[in-house]
Amino acid sequence: MARFGMVIDTRKCVGCMDCVIACKTENDVPDGHCRDWIGQRLQGTMPDLRLTITSERCNHCDRPPCVTCCPTGASHVHDFGKVVLVDHDKCIGCKACLAACPYDARFVHPDGYADKCTFCIHRVEKGLAPACVSVCPTHSMYFGDLDDPDSEVSRLIASRRHFVLKPDAGTQPRIFYLE
Amino acid sequence: MLELVTTRHNPLVDPSLHIWGWEIPVYLFLGGWVAGCMVLSGWLMRRGRAPGQGSVAYVLPWVGIVLLSLGMGALFLDLEHKLYVWRMYLTLRPTSPMSWGGWILILVYPVMALAALAAIPRDLLSGWPSLAAFAERLRAGRSLRLLGTVSIASGIALGIYTGILLSSLGARPLWASAVLGPLFLVSGLSTGAAFAHMIARDPEEESSLLRADILFLVTELALIALFLIGHLTSGAQHAHAVALLLGGPYTAVFWVFVVGLGIVVPLVIQSLMASHRIGHTVIAPLLVMAGGLALRIVIVAAGQYSHWIVP
Amino acid sequence: MAHLSRRRFLKIAGFSAGAAAIAGGGTRTLQAMATRGPAGETRTVPTSCDLCFWKCNAIAHVRDGRLWKITGNPADPLSRGRLCPRGTGGIGAHFDPSRLHAPLIRRQARGEEVWAEVTWDEALGYVADRMQKIKATYGPEAVALFAHGIGGAFLKHTLKAYGGVNIAAPSFAQCRGPRDVGFELTFGEGIGSPERTDIANARCLVLIGSHLGENMHNTQVQEFAEAIANGASIIVADPRFSIAASKARHYLPVKPGTDLALLLAWMNVLVTEGLYDKAYVEQFGFGFENFAAEIATRTPEWAYPETGIPPELIRETAREMARHRPATLVHPGRHTTWYGDDAQRARAIALLNALLGSWGRKGGFYYPSSMDVPGYPYPAYPKSERGKVDNPEHKFPFASEAITTGIREATISGKPYPIKGWLVYATNLVQALPAQEETIKAIQNLDLMVVVDVVPSEIAGWADVVLPETVYLERYDDLNVELFRDPFVALRQPVVPPPGDQKPNWWIARELAVKLGLGAYYPWKDIEEYLDHRLKAAGHSLAELKQVGIVKGAKPPRYFDEGVATEFATPSGKIEFYSSQLAAAGFDPVPRYTRPVEGPPGSFRLLYGRAPVHTFSRTQTNPILQDAMSENEVWVNASVGARMGLRSGDYVTLRNQDGVVSNRVKARVTEAIRPDCVFMVHGFGHTARGLRGAYGRGASDSQLITRYVTDPLMGGTGTNVNFVTIEAGA
Ligand SMILES: Nc1nc2c(c(=O)[nH]1)N[C@H]1C(S)=C(S)[C@@H](COP(=O)(O)OP(=O)(O)OC[C@H]3O[C@@H](n4cnc5c(=O)[nH]c(N)nc54)[C@H](O)[C@@H]3O)O[C@H]1N2
Ligand SMILES: Nc1nc2c(c(=O)[nH]1)N[C@H]1C(S)=C(S)[C@@H](COP(=O)(O)OP(=O)(O)OC[C@H]3O[C@@H](n4cnc5c(=O)[nH]c(N)nc54)[C@H](O)[C@@H]3O)O[C@H]1N2
Ligand code: SF4
Ligand code: SF4
Ligand code: SF4
Ligand code: SF4
Ligand code: SF4
Ligand SMILES: [Mo]
Repeated sequence: MARFGMVIDTRKCVGCMDCVIACKTENDVPDGHCRDWIGQRLQGTMPDLRLTITSERCNHCDRPPCVTCCPTGASHVHDFGKVVLVDHDKCIGCKACLAACPYDARFVHPDGYADKCTFCIHRVEKGLAPACVSVCPTHSMYFGDLDDPDSEVSRLIASRRHFVLKPDAGTQPRIFYLE
Repeated sequence: MLELVTTRHNPLVDPSLHIWGWEIPVYLFLGGWVAGCMVLSGWLMRRGRAPGQGSVAYVLPWVGIVLLSLGMGALFLDLEHKLYVWRMYLTLRPTSPMSWGGWILILVYPVMALAALAAIPRDLLSGWPSLAAFAERLRAGRSLRLLGTVSIASGIALGIYTGILLSSLGARPLWASAVLGPLFLVSGLSTGAAFAHMIARDPEEESSLLRADILFLVTELALIALFLIGHLTSGAQHAHAVALLLGGPYTAVFWVFVVGLGIVVPLVIQSLMASHRIGHTVIAPLLVMAGGLALRIVIVAAGQYSHWIVP
Repeated sequence: MAHLSRRRFLKIAGFSAGAAAIAGGGTRTLQAMATRGPAGETRTVPTSCDLCFWKCNAIAHVRDGRLWKITGNPADPLSRGRLCPRGTGGIGAHFDPSRLHAPLIRRQARGEEVWAEVTWDEALGYVADRMQKIKATYGPEAVALFAHGIGGAFLKHTLKAYGGVNIAAPSFAQCRGPRDVGFELTFGEGIGSPERTDIANARCLVLIGSHLGENMHNTQVQEFAEAIANGASIIVADPRFSIAASKARHYLPVKPGTDLALLLAWMNVLVTEGLYDKAYVEQFGFGFENFAAEIATRTPEWAYPETGIPPELIRETAREMARHRPATLVHPGRHTTWYGDDAQRARAIALLNALLGSWGRKGGFYYPSSMDVPGYPYPAYPKSERGKVDNPEHKFPFASEAITTGIREATISGKPYPIKGWLVYATNLVQALPAQEETIKAIQNLDLMVVVDVVPSEIAGWADVVLPETVYLERYDDLNVELFRDPFVALRQPVVPPPGDQKPNWWIARELAVKLGLGAYYPWKDIEEYLDHRLKAAGHSLAELKQVGIVKGAKPPRYFDEGVATEFATPSGKIEFYSSQLAAAGFDPVPRYTRPVEGPPGSFRLLYGRAPVHTFSRTQTNPILQDAMSENEVWVNASVGARMGLRSGDYVTLRNQDGVVSNRVKARVTEAIRPDCVFMVHGFGHTARGLRGAYGRGASDSQLITRYVTDPLMGGTGTNVNFVTIEAGA
């Protein structure tokens, strides 16, 4: 069974938002909303500064509180790749999952359902990379099966120093950032 | 120096979460109030209050039905996908307090309906002989005691649930506290008791409800203290969150409206009332009830504002 | 197709065979559930991006007849299959709610933005009529054309046929002019666009301001990331901690305007420590001794008080450059019109590269080539007796292209002869030229002001006639035959029909020519015939290009060691360390540093640059890009912010040295900028009322650039010479 995850190389990423814009067009994300976004973290004082740029989205957590809190089962872990998805027709828009996500990865779609990154499952099932991954001009993003030790993502995680966001929130996120 | 910048700008989520406006606090408040009504009504039933003697035990279920309906109305208003609300009742999700809540709400209705039915005078049911017969059987001592027990149990479940709904959302550190369930329960009990002694006509009932409310208010103060201390001693996330109530944007409302006007002031007035140093006044119970609403409003708002900080 | 083949993706993503099998099962499950990904009938059309002048080749996707998305064309060496964020958001140009829909003729005073809609026939008739009158009274040279981008090709043709000679774009005197001139004076060749920089192969990359990663010129950013991945040593000099600076091994927060001192000190170290490429300099260099003598006193200790960069750091970075030579690329920059001594600074960059031996070497500057696509055989243009107005008497002896601001000056002064008509194509002169007052003054002198635009921009607001063009996704343009690493010819073709009565530039230019009685210059009946004719002459066809979008030529030699001839088109035929041309014209033959003029006490130097999701002043109404960034911020150093009680997000206004006050703009209080300057992203603070969601949002650097220093070598307008104070509580 595949377990999809992402690896993002913060050394190469320039924070250009191409991933954000590609997601918008690919997935018809409504104006004023976004499924992915860029975080910048600047530490130090001039000139000894350190900037960490992170392209962020739903982490498709291994322990997703957004799924456990959902009263209808709309939020669920999909068989294919253990991707966390929302079934729009089951969602009542109670927003518990928005509150449950430590990453604030979800939003309410103007049509009334909770929405977020799908890992572009509609592309992945066709053998394509997620839209954000496929456009990144710096090739900073990698996508694949974390359970396959030979996958590029697994190899990158094994070979490079990395971090995840808010590890102590306990959700076991599946997006890994290379330092 | 640490500078954080994000490009995210989702409505209701950024710059800080504000998914829940007035509807959810009102719903939680009404839910708690109903829980209080049920527990107190059940308690009085178990103490042998029979229908037809002017006991509030049989007014509270009627009030509860109305309040709960209003509360569910508020909850419904909050849903973003209203037409799909029935989806909630196609499944029971054991891990989702929201799901239990939905079911608890459905289950407490019949309990309250039974108590309400028991209170309906005989002649009003003369047109429905079988209903009248059923009501008669309910009024039998044993069934009333059983009904009282069920009522207390479902009231407690409802009351705790209103707190657990929030405390299960661990992503909001302010809510992530085991005290929130008991706190909301006790707050609901005190709201219910305040309301009950305000409307009680039987002096003995009034004074026992008044004393019960004093007990609830003291307990509530203790739980609030536990809630704050618990956060302060549970690591950076919690300390950061509770700072919202202890020197942050929600400090003033919390201490003035929830603790001061909502608990301490009515506690003093009601203690004076209980020791008969002053006469009965509706001001105290109204303050208690307003305080219960204020508690829900502050906790819901501050909890959304609290977030998982990155050190 | 842009899509990776499935087999290839499985390899990339490292799927196990099991996962692939599940992928099949996933399809059914997904269809059964209502978790929708986009669905519908899609078709793809190869075309090219026009969100900036890099002109990446792209594939547009249309779903159920509606433009859906646009991705890079994998066959394209510019995009390498990936567009930049602006390109990806390019479809927003088609959906832009601010678009012009029909030709407009002014009904009130210029600049008041009061119009009447007219037919194309009426609009072009009006323009042709006025042009004929100007020709009769002042001669055809009195009509000037400002055109930026490939779309201007046909209007240029029409104007030349009419007898016009004054044609300019801001890409020279407001952008890369100084750089190209500095390199031409040194190597005999400019840098061009796309830049001939071999970033991907550089082992050491030095950026003087060039803020790659915010400056999103696609191939450069991709190669920049490759260089990072390859562990290249990156050195960045910038008063602001740019994105590029955050990737650097050495970040030098140079005092604004003192880069020339830094460059001279670097060269001093290379020469005095004998670290430069002696063989290369000996073989190709001219005047090295003079040069070495001139810079002998330009030590790091000398440069320290000027630049604020400690001598040890200057030495260390110079040695770092030497360690990796010749694969050390000191990037020539692009927008280099900063302080008015820019061509000399560019020359110093050229010389530093020469010392490192990077010109013509892998990891330095490659030799570009282009495909041989003959032009269309047109009748000869009429000859002009009077010549151009932009550079009278060769005041700027080394200007190698026309100077926009020179035409503007002539329009104001009427000298050397009057300019009475402006045709403006795809350049927002109000935002692009410094000193807006002068631009407006010039416009007030005109008998005819025509603007071809897609939205009611500031410059359109000043026009007598506004002609609405189709956006790039709705039109053909001329072929793109670029000088690049790989030679190619690429096509832009319409993907979707325009939403209103907009017309493509070729149609506008052709109709205007016909109305002017110049139909003979348009022997083709439509652009398809024109394109096919040119492509056939190059051994291809329009039908082929419509299918594939781009055709590449054979891989040419790129470096000296691959067989590129070591010829330099300078007077000495060598790399000119000492420039006798400059000496003869009365300029410093070896660059000399002069201290930049300081601002009034308590003021900050106004710097500006790019944000990755916007292009100049042209994308702020694109709904997708607007969503990504809807206003700019002014970067203020943290200590300054603390002193002023400013916090990030507070609105402020800026007042410049001439009392001009900006629109309100959010402060970004940050450690990432020196305390003596502030920084803004260019293109915001629009004043044209029709620009929806952009009007009045953020502040305009252009508005505050009331002063500029003209480069005496080539006429570039140095604009980093304005100073502002910050006024809080806006
Ligand atoms: N203050 C300041 N001035 C600058 C710069 C700066 O950073 N700050 N940068 C300088 C540089 S490097 C450059 S290259 C120049 C760029 O200067 P310009 O090329 O003039 O750039 P824009 O300001 O974007 O103006 C472009 C105009 O073309 C219109 N347009 C866009 N697409 C189309 C189209 O398809 N057809 C037609 N007909 N019109 C179209 C837009 O609406 C807009 O009015 O500016 C220079 N000037
Ligand atoms: N996203 C995006 N990308 C673009 C464009 C766009 O509009 N949008 N436009 C394209 C065009 S035409 C051009 S010309 C280029 C322009 O892009 P560049 O050629 O990279 O432009 P610069 O003027 O070097 O960029 C401004 C940077 O220089 C720094 N700087 C300012 N003053 C000084 C100084 O005195 N010394 C030093 N060392 N640094 C200084 C600023 O802090 C800022 O980081 O970008 C191109 N790429
Ligand atoms: S597209 Fe790539 S480089 Fe740009 S922000 Fe996203 S991850 Fe970073
Ligand atoms: S990131 Fe948030 S929404 Fe995504 S799986 Fe984790 S908890 Fe759920
Ligand atoms: S908003 Fe929808 S997906 Fe989220 S918890 Fe409620 S029902 Fe589930
Ligand atoms: S994987 Fe797809 S849905 Fe998720 S952020 Fe990337 S483009 Fe958007
Ligand atoms: S660099 Fe970006 S905006 Fe410019 S042509 Fe390429 S994709 Fe388009
Ligand atoms: Mo430029």
